Amino acid sequence: MAKLKLALYWAASCGGCDIATLAIGEKILKLAEAADIVFWPVAMDFKYSDVEKIPDKSIDACLFNGAIQNSEGEHIAQLLRAKSKILIAYGSCSYEGCIPGLANFFNRQMIFDRVYIETQSTDNPEKVYPQSKVLVPEGELEIPDFYDTVKTLAQTVDVDYFVPGCPPEEKTTWLALETLIEGKLPPKGAVISHSVKAVCDECPRIKKEKKVKKFYRPYEIIPDPEICLLEQGLLCYGPATRGGCGAPCPQANMPCTGCYGPVEGVVDQGAHFLTALASVIDSDDPTEIQRIINDIVDPAGTFYRYSLPDSLLRRARIK
Amino acid sequence: MEPKIGVYVCHCGSNIAGTVDVEQVAEYARSLPAVEIARDYKFMCSDPGQDLIKNDIREFGINRVVVASCSPQMHEPTFRHVLQESGLNPYFFEMANIREHCSWVTEDREKATEKAKALVSAAVRRVYYHQALEANEVPINPNTLIVGGGIAGIQAALEIADSEHKVYLVERDPSIGGHMIQLDKTFPTLDCSACILTPKMSLVGAHPYIELMTYSEVEEVSGFIGNFKVKIRKKARYVDEDKCNGCGVCQEKCPWTADSEFDVGLAKRKAIYTPFAQAVPNIPVIDKEHCAYFLKGKCRACEKFCERDAINFEQVDQFVEIEVGNIILTTGYKLFDPTPLTQYGYGRLDNVLTSLEFERLVNAVGPTNGKISLKDGTEPKSVAIIHCVGSRDANYHEYCSRVCCMYSMKFAHLVSEHIPEATVYEFYIDIRSAGKGFEEFYNRVLKEGTTFFRGRPGEVTNVAETPEEKGKLVVQFEDTLVGRQRRIPVDMVILSCGLEPQQDAEEVARLFSVSRSADGFFLEKHPKLDPVATMTDGVFVAGCCQSPKDIPDTVAQASAAAARVLALISKGKVEIEAATAVIDEEKCSGCRICNLLCPYSAISFVEDKKVSRVNEALCKGCGTCVAACPSSAITQKHFTAEQIMAELEGILV
Repeated sequence: MAKLKLALYWAASCGGCDIATLAIGEKILKLAEAADIVFWPVAMDFKYSDVEKIPDKSIDACLFNGAIQNSEGEHIAQLLRAKSKILIAYGSCSYEGCIPGLANFFNRQMIFDRVYIETQSTDNPEKVYPQSKVLVPEGELEIPDFYDTVKTLAQTVDVDYFVPGCPPEEKTTWLALETLIEGKLPPKGAVISHSVKAVCDECPRIKKEKKVKKFYRPYEIIPDPEICLLEQGLLCYGPATRGGCGAPCPQANMPCTGCYGPVEGVVDQGAHFLTALASVIDSDDPTEIQRIINDIVDPAGTFYRYSLPDSLLRRARIK
Repeated sequence: MEPKIGVYVCHCGSNIAGTVDVEQVAEYARSLPAVEIARDYKFMCSDPGQDLIKNDIREFGINRVVVASCSPQMHEPTFRHVLQESGLNPYFFEMANIREHCSWVTEDREKATEKAKALVSAAVRRVYYHQALEANEVPINPNTLIVGGGIAGIQAALEIADSEHKVYLVERDPSIGGHMIQLDKTFPTLDCSACILTPKMSLVGAHPYIELMTYSEVEEVSGFIGNFKVKIRKKARYVDEDKCNGCGVCQEKCPWTADSEFDVGLAKRKAIYTPFAQAVPNIPVIDKEHCAYFLKGKCRACEKFCERDAINFEQVDQFVEIEVGNIILTTGYKLFDPTPLTQYGYGRLDNVLTSLEFERLVNAVGPTNGKISLKDGTEPKSVAIIHCVGSRDANYHEYCSRVCCMYSMKFAHLVSEHIPEATVYEFYIDIRSAGKGFEEFYNRVLKEGTTFFRGRPGEVTNVAETPEEKGKLVVQFEDTLVGRQRRIPVDMVILSCGLEPQQDAEEVARLFSVSRSADGFFLEKHPKLDPVATMTDGVFVAGCCQSPKDIPDTVAQASAAAARVLALISKGKVEIEAATAVIDEEKCSGCRICNLLCPYSAISFVEDKKVSRVNEALCKGCGTCVAACPSSAITQKHFTAEQIMAELEGILV
């Protein structure tokens, strides 16, 4: 059997996903047996022009991590779509928008103002902003256009599969690669993970009927290691998050933050967690309820930490 | 089966067609995917309208129906029935409300038409995804709970119990009787209120099919029509109900007193007491707040003299759980407290009384044995009766309390009867004497010499401006018929206070899952066509808890509620919502967020499978758990995510 041709790419991301692909450990040898890497900017030296030259659909599969926030990401997404038989949105950024997607609470100008003018360490009295084209003595320089709105990969090009996680757990990455190597492809659009249920299913903590009188941030309490974190007032996103990760965070006494995205069939993970949380608040008194809710710092960023671009909201409306 | 949708746009005479371009809406519907046929018609709910649908189902194989007309509340059952008669599952139907939501809320024809199209588009897209559902049937428990032992509760209890069905009548006071037993005479017939009520009270007390629980309150209600579970707190009486024979010696011997609630503070009662002589049951209670033994640890006089050993200071509140099929709320009203209207001096000036105080004062067994007397013991020579205290007043209650005009005139008559030489003045805004024999009674009071002044008094004062006002209460008011300010000196002022919802109406409403209207009274299902039922099936309302009303109206409503309950008992079963929630065990992660949310306790947790499960017989399809489930593992039939999203998309197109 001919070896698979594999491409990996990063757009708006932190680089964690690229590292996560290496986290498969010694299984990388199995991968090397089965596949050749034809494009992987973070690890090997390729030029975009190299990719442009190869024929369409000549790459068997591309693991694309990172959200689409500028013209470069969009261009390469289109390029790799054309060149790949299978395009996989790998990791939360390309699947749902993730942390870069929180930029959708602002717009380009607000972000530039913050980054190039307002931060305490910035000294920019002439208010120089990045320009996509600039003339220098050597000629015209070009950098990518920065967009107002962060998009997911699937909002940019047609995507075949999704691999959740920020970053994906080792076993999830291997499940995806194994699927490709063995050619046992799921129906188009599938989210590749070991579970269709929420994280709670894999979390060994004891779960009871839920009533919460006060929410805490993780640093404020030392939670009981046996009992459901949500019942202890920690904003554990487990009930609203797809499992398959094996619930490592709650087992390390840290609440789930929702990185594996919505459970199969859920439209808008943030809204689902929000209504679930509203349902466990143990009070009928509006003032007390308001007080309890006020404990939640940065609700928009908490509920939509990983999924704002992919949510029904998509972005904030800026007047 | 590929959906073939029929859309029917109703004119509702000119109700819809007057504002919405119905032809255009039908034409638009024809352009929507999967729509086979779209028509508009004068009255879709009429027989020819219904036949249109039936014919299309027969001739064109329509298998999904959208009717754009009024509210589902009004006609969904009608059209579902049409589908059923044509051999289609009734759930393949969807309604677009283009009357209440379009033509009745704007006069802008263009906008109304646009919105009607959007609603039709939503209904069409939704009905495409509808699934066939089967309604479930559950048996009706023939026992009934009635909450509140005033005339409404008594009437309803007797009607149901007389048909040999068990009634639990729960009353929070020590005796049944309610406000009616406190009244002296009833208008316009001047029957003695107690004389006509006590026989009914005795019947209740002795009825083999009525289990009377006085001094008791409902604590918890769960379940649904036909199958309610109710927890009742029987407050400690400190008197053993089985042993006490009501001889009254304890009350005689008790050395401690408190203000009598029955006589609205105008007289005293003992610390161990029955509220009034004809109390049902004739079993006293010990008022812990005023009993020397409870306050100081000694006395126990009642215990010493009780020949039946019925006094038990160790008694504690008891909880009784009962199962009933239907509930009637007859919790009555609270008299408006006129204290906040400081201009009338209630509580500050002597001889300013509330209407209920006057009822007791004039009553033959009241604190003065029926003598209308001032604080100094003399008879008033002049009495002012001020209408609409707390009613028809933007600062308090906007509504008319309905009974005050008539009872005010009854007071005028009673004053004239007891003190023929006294002058009586009525201060009214409008006289509302709509009722059988009411206008005649008004004429009678006029003939008896009562003076009617049209104008709401601005003040009642004891500050005299002239020698003849000295030592009098002066009513200052604008006589609107002659258009000038006047001052009338009198000896006594009666404030005709309005009726308002009970203080705990909000909690009671929540307990029984009924709504309240803006005025705070319990909300009936339909103001015209269903004034007895509530939005919660199996919970009915009667009497003043629903709105202020007089005794005959209360009795009529109570009888109606009883008839509704009896109809359900006689049918023996009820169809319950097919649109229930189901949990997909393949998707449930066992997070247990839904477990405590169900108002009908239909969700349980299956320990060995670590999943939650809905008991469909208990589920009412409220959707609370569905919204809360963070995994979308719970689906509500007829409200699936697919259906709702399709509906939303339809609206936004």
